Amino acid sequence: MAVDAKEKKVSRKGALWRDIKRNKACYGMLAPFMIFFILFTAVPVLMSLPMGFTDFDMARPPRFVGLSNFTTLFFSDKIFMRSIRVTIVFALLTGPVSYVLCFLLAWLINEMHPKLKTFFTLIFYAPSMANVYTVWKLIFSGDMNGYLNSFLIDLGIINAPVQWLTDGRYVLGVTIVVQLWISLGAGFLALRAGFQNIDRSMYEAGAIEGIRTRWQELIYIVIPSMGPQLMFAAVMQIVSSFTAGTVAQNLVGFPSTDYKAHTIMTHAFDYGWQRFEMGYASAICMILFVAMFLLNKLISKVLGKYMD
Amino acid sequence: MAEINTAKLRGSNRQAGRKHGGSVVIFLFLALLGLFMFLPIYLTVIMSIKPVEELFVFPPKLYAVRPTLDNFRDMFRVLHQNRVPFSRYVFNSIFVTVTVTVLQCVFSSMAAFVLAKCKFPGSKFINGVIVVALLYQSSVIYIMQYIVMAKLHMIDTYMALIFPAIASPMGLFLMRQSISQVPDSMIEAAKVDGAGLFRICWQIVIPNQKPALMTLIIFAFQGAWNIQTGSVVFREQYKTLPTVVTQAASSGLARAGVAMAAAVFLLIPPIVIFMLAQRQVIETMAHSGIKE
Repeated sequence: MAVDAKEKKVSRKGALWRDIKRNKACYGMLAPFMIFFILFTAVPVLMSLPMGFTDFDMARPPRFVGLSNFTTLFFSDKIFMRSIRVTIVFALLTGPVSYVLCFLLAWLINEMHPKLKTFFTLIFYAPSMANVYTVWKLIFSGDMNGYLNSFLIDLGIINAPVQWLTDGRYVLGVTIVVQLWISLGAGFLALRAGFQNIDRSMYEAGAIEGIRTRWQELIYIVIPSMGPQLMFAAVMQIVSSFTAGTVAQNLVGFPSTDYKAHTIMTHAFDYGWQRFEMGYASAICMILFVAMFLLNKLISKVLGKYMD
Repeated sequence: MAEINTAKLRGSNRQAGRKHGGSVVIFLFLALLGLFMFLPIYLTVIMSIKPVEELFVFPPKLYAVRPTLDNFRDMFRVLHQNRVPFSRYVFNSIFVTVTVTVLQCVFSSMAAFVLAKCKFPGSKFINGVIVVALLYQSSVIYIMQYIVMAKLHMIDTYMALIFPAIASPMGLFLMRQSISQVPDSMIEAAKVDGAGLFRICWQIVIPNQKPALMTLIIFAFQGAWNIQTGSVVFREQYKTLPTVVTQAASSGLARAGVAMAAAVFLLIPPIVIFMLAQRQVIETMAHSGIKE
């Protein structure tokens, strides 16, 4: 009680200071990470924020131009508008499918014999370990030597090779397939780890309380105890599906035929590293960031009920 | 299996029956999908052992008629022509990878524990910042990072390769999510027993986080192993394996086979680490979970 009375006397600033001092062990344990985080992530991010409002070609110092980058983007950059559409189509087709696939496969693998678990996890994760675009190009190669073409010709489905990587009708589809192929990455592994973390007694308790099927087990035991991992996988999925661009650039060339696989990130890359208009590229990235941020807020809300 | 026995003892062998029922169907489904998923890796390995005259025959074959290690030999021959001995690149890569992996795991685990389980002024803000950092991708961030490193005189040293990779928001986020599942009562109990935060973190919480920690090791190792020296290191003696192997595969010998050999060669260490770590993850389940 005496402490209480004393605490009231000191100003709010003093109280905060005491709070900080009481938690000095927390700050101490946070410090090593934060030092590196601030130096190599936070400071560069903060430095890059104002770039969206400048004209910066990396040779001369940045020149402040106000909102002109943004007005150009929205009112006169037709390719940007097209890239928004491509990104949304791309993200809608890869994001949810891959998220469900990550969860489904992690779950099914979890039902396997322990010896098979490592094997299957490796098989599904392997594509995201190896960035072997050369092999993708060979599979989808436009001549008869391409694996897909030769396979389809063999089956008699097509009789002339299809230009998978350059025909405007196929480039986005091919990019989506390859993206899905390599998308069982961080989210998938985190979910696998989450499954291993579920206390076994939960299943036993569930069996006693009358859980009969795999589905019931999934809905009443697994999903409620995997909230944090589901959230992690969702964030990773948003990032990977909205910032995709490397797959398209490596696979269908840059720029792709008719800008059919031209995502927002590809657009930023185009301006940033091809034309050296860093200010403009930063403005593009900023718009993408705001969109992802809002989407993330929305998904946290939806998943929020599992997150206690 | 103890689990099945207890279920049976309690007169509810639905659990035991359920576990086995449908397993064959699941296995077949996973095997078929797995075959499809594994195709690119399989083709990469096959291409790396195909002699050059087999690379572009029609129809393309799914196996090598006369397997050869010529592509690997070519790759190493090019690598040995460098001024710096090959062992130096191996050392660089191992040094950078091990340092980054260890520091990232240790620092992320501690920070994640504090952020998940302690309330202190600023904790909410930092938690928010981590997620924002995950989402923020800017094309100019590398330039800014370069400027920071240049100001700190780190360009052209090991530091330029190691330091930026240590504080990964993704690793921290992964650990934080997993640690948030640890029951508060466990930490409270340890506090009552007089354990400090540091001891609680390393002796109670982290040993129980094997699945997440092993996953973090896989991510950290994979990321660190693939660090390319890019524009932050120019001196040949500081270059890493991926840098020189990619160079060997692209320049001079413009052949798909050598590129494949390089890809296979670079893939071996991450796969070994993956296997070791995943086995640990799965053993966790076999022994016991977290008990309240």
